[in-house]
Amino acid sequence: MTMPKSENNMQQNIQPAIDAPSDQTNAAYMKNVHPAGWKNPKPAGVYNLVVIGAGPAGLVAARGAAALGAKVALLERGAIGGDCLNVGCVPSKTLIRTSRTYAEMRAARNYGAQEPNTIDVDFQMAMERIRSVRARISKSDSILRLSEEGIDVYLGAARFAGPTSVVVDNQTLHFKKALIATGARPMIPDVAGLNDAGYLTNETVFDLSERPHRLLVVGGGPLGCELAQAFSRLGSQVTIVQDEPMFLPGEERDAAQLLSDSLARDGIEIRLNTTFESVRREGTSKIASLRSVDYASTVECDAILVGVGRAPNVDNLNLEAAGVRYDSVQGISVNDFLQTTNKRIYAAGDVCLEHKFTHTADASARIALQNALFLGHQRLSSLTIPWCTYTDPEIAHVGMYVREATAKGIALNTITILMHDVDRAITDGEEEGFVKIHLRSGTDQILGATMVARHAGEMISGVTLAIERGMGLRAFSKVIHAYPTQAEAFKKAADAYNRTRLTSTLKFLSKRWLAWSRGRL
Amino acid sequence: MKSLAPSDEDLLERFQRAAFNYFLEHANNENGLVSDKSTPGAPASIAAVGFGLSGYPIGVERGWLTRDAAARRTLATLQFFWNSEQSEDPFATGYKGFFYHFLDMKSGKRVWQSELSMIDTALLLAGILVVGTYFDQDGASEKEIRHLADAIYTRVDWQWARGAQETLRQGWKPEAGFLHYGWEGYSEAIILYVLGLASPSHPIAADCYAGWTSTYQWENIYGQEFLYAGPLFIHHFSHAWIDFAGIQDPFMREKNCDYFENTKRATFVQQEYARRNPYEYEGYGENCWGFSAGEGPGYRNISIGSKTRQFFGYTARGVPFGPDDGTICPSAMLSSLPFAPDISLAALRHLSSRYPQVIANYALPSGFNPTFQGIDPTGLVTEGRLGLDQGITLLMIENFRSGLIWKLMRQCPTIAIGLSRAGFAGGWLK
Repeated sequence: MTMPKSENNMQQNIQPAIDAPSDQTNAAYMKNVHPAGWKNPKPAGVYNLVVIGAGPAGLVAARGAAALGAKVALLERGAIGGDCLNVGCVPSKTLIRTSRTYAEMRAARNYGAQEPNTIDVDFQMAMERIRSVRARISKSDSILRLSEEGIDVYLGAARFAGPTSVVVDNQTLHFKKALIATGARPMIPDVAGLNDAGYLTNETVFDLSERPHRLLVVGGGPLGCELAQAFSRLGSQVTIVQDEPMFLPGEERDAAQLLSDSLARDGIEIRLNTTFESVRREGTSKIASLRSVDYASTVECDAILVGVGRAPNVDNLNLEAAGVRYDSVQGISVNDFLQTTNKRIYAAGDVCLEHKFTHTADASARIALQNALFLGHQRLSSLTIPWCTYTDPEIAHVGMYVREATAKGIALNTITILMHDVDRAITDGEEEGFVKIHLRSGTDQILGATMVARHAGEMISGVTLAIERGMGLRAFSKVIHAYPTQAEAFKKAADAYNRTRLTSTLKFLSKRWLAWSRGRL
Repeated sequence: MKSLAPSDEDLLERFQRAAFNYFLEHANNENGLVSDKSTPGAPASIAAVGFGLSGYPIGVERGWLTRDAAARRTLATLQFFWNSEQSEDPFATGYKGFFYHFLDMKSGKRVWQSELSMIDTALLLAGILVVGTYFDQDGASEKEIRHLADAIYTRVDWQWARGAQETLRQGWKPEAGFLHYGWEGYSEAIILYVLGLASPSHPIAADCYAGWTSTYQWENIYGQEFLYAGPLFIHHFSHAWIDFAGIQDPFMREKNCDYFENTKRATFVQQEYARRNPYEYEGYGENCWGFSAGEGPGYRNISIGSKTRQFFGYTARGVPFGPDDGTICPSAMLSSLPFAPDISLAALRHLSSRYPQVIANYALPSGFNPTFQGIDPTGLVTEGRLGLDQGITLLMIENFRSGLIWKLMRQCPTIAIGLSRAGFAGGWLK
């Protein structure tokens, strides 16, 4: 197996994490995200906004500001597009799609189709598709396009020189306002022997040129679960080790259990409540030592993928010079208006947020932009933030969990609809999962929802809209849902709620009314 | 109690007697330990001992055992648990008043590196409280039973079992300390908390119970509003000893329900799941349900028709979220008798007529799986019988027939104190 050069990723990445073949696709991609020979512009006067980091948050802020006439500088030390485009959502979801195809081939008989005689996984073809998709999506945020929109794009590492200035490529940029959107990077667990043995992260795994025959995934969060399932479906023998009693800690127990069942069905060896204690090389193999309470075991593998969380990129920015408070775990300290301890400087995205998602980075950047340039007073706490883990089935959530509501003294009733009662889920052979909608007790006010469904990520937006706009669950029963769709689960939930309102008194009165009506005829 | 047709009464008597016999046939009379499973070489389960102790008064009242014989068995059991080693030694019988989940049937020492189990100790203690209440006469044996029952219960250090956390821990091992997970969501643990709250020596505080119940989820599933838990045993185990009809803790007061009614609704959810049978398993229907913890056909994936079926060994099966591999737990359907007698009796009659080989000699196996039978004609019934299945069947049939265990526990001050400290009120607690 050929590992990417940056397998160990021991230092912060200052170049795009690209180690792919120098083909035409990749050349086009590099031209978009980090073109060779790019000449940084010369700063001209004071910028309305200097944005550090051209990931989802930085791009949204820079483009939004430029569109409104601001003079904007966008500084990026790596690849335009940040983690999401280059080493995050885009490549992972592309790989997941390929892996789903193989899983469906193997399960063809479940869908009334013949299973192919042979199913040979072409790993290189899967990786080529990643590069192709990444190159295509990179067009919309290409460095040339950003420049055409009036944004001064600087490639290089940025450091604050003072409270109102930043240095990049030996040039000092002065600003009225700045936005720090430097994102986050993979956290690496302190495990004996890991550096010597070598490991993959999301920054390097998509550049593999050969499929690991035996893969140990460390971490049962979204990234670990998604990629464990994807690689398993692509033919790797996968073991996943998680030091908690369930996957996706913080998620609803039933959702995590269904995910665990699903991973097991895919043939993944699951080690919950297990810590990854050490690893050593033995020939071409890596021997990982695991421990579950008092049970010690070893797993032999060819590659280790680490996905135990993300650390904010706050180093080497000389934040002290700017008077911006931060710590290496929580990231940059911001108030509810996303303002740092320097009132001229804001932060958005993974570098300062607990919820490190592309869509949260986007939403927080919009708030920061409004507050920084247009005297806005928008609050981060006002956001309704959904999220989704793109396993099969997907697990999506928005709003409160039951435990959060209980901690606040709010009583909940949960309406649960099983996907096996949704016609479209049955026709598509996707009956596994549920929709749970948490209501304030005695009302139809939606406080939260959790979904486990093949397309939960698509479905969660409906409930997010309802929460955001203050719509009660009953509203879903008045909305005509196209039949058959899996989103019909919401209508079923609304109907189930309405039935709970049908008290014995109402039933009695209704019965009397109908009897009286019959008599009049 | 519901009046039964003679045929029903006879049927229940046979099943109950067969369940009772497990505790005669698979107990070590020297120390009172009861085998976890009927297969040779199985270790003792302390929870099975708790069920067995609770069963002796039933045997006496039903005329299956003399009072003296029951007292002798009981005394041997209590003397063993009182005198056995309590220490951090990995081969002790217990520590801090708790006991290891599995013990050697002869020596009574810890086996399988099992955990010091809080819930299994609670089920054992519940049985100890039953005999401590039932044996109320003045003879030396019965006096000693009462003394030892009190001593064993009082010795338990419930405060330690919190492990400095908000809720009680599930277990502890001398090699690794507390297992790093507690109780989340509704479970069989009410009896555990009630006993911990009532302790005169090392009680847990009421916030411990509130911390646990804060993880509950009240759900509307298939039109039934109830406190959700998937496996049916969760809705049965604490109820084997405590009559929850009409008494409410703060959570149930808010929901205008009680745990007895809740188990009834959970039973109807199980029946409805089987009726819908979303994964098209063989045999499921309105009279064939019962999804709970127990044995199964073993861990394997097998293609049947157009589907790949995943089968499990011992696991906690539950509905509607699973896991479900087509295995029915017959003791679960019988144990719902007090809560949903009509559908439980109908299921029992269906089982008797449709699957007579499952109930040979009325001794219930842990599970049967008609879907698996389609692959292996001899594989309908799982191997061996489990002490817990026999125990819950024995106690729940009795609670249905006479309410004996519930009546005894109502007289036990420990139960009333624990319930009150948990915030229960109303009904028979008045």
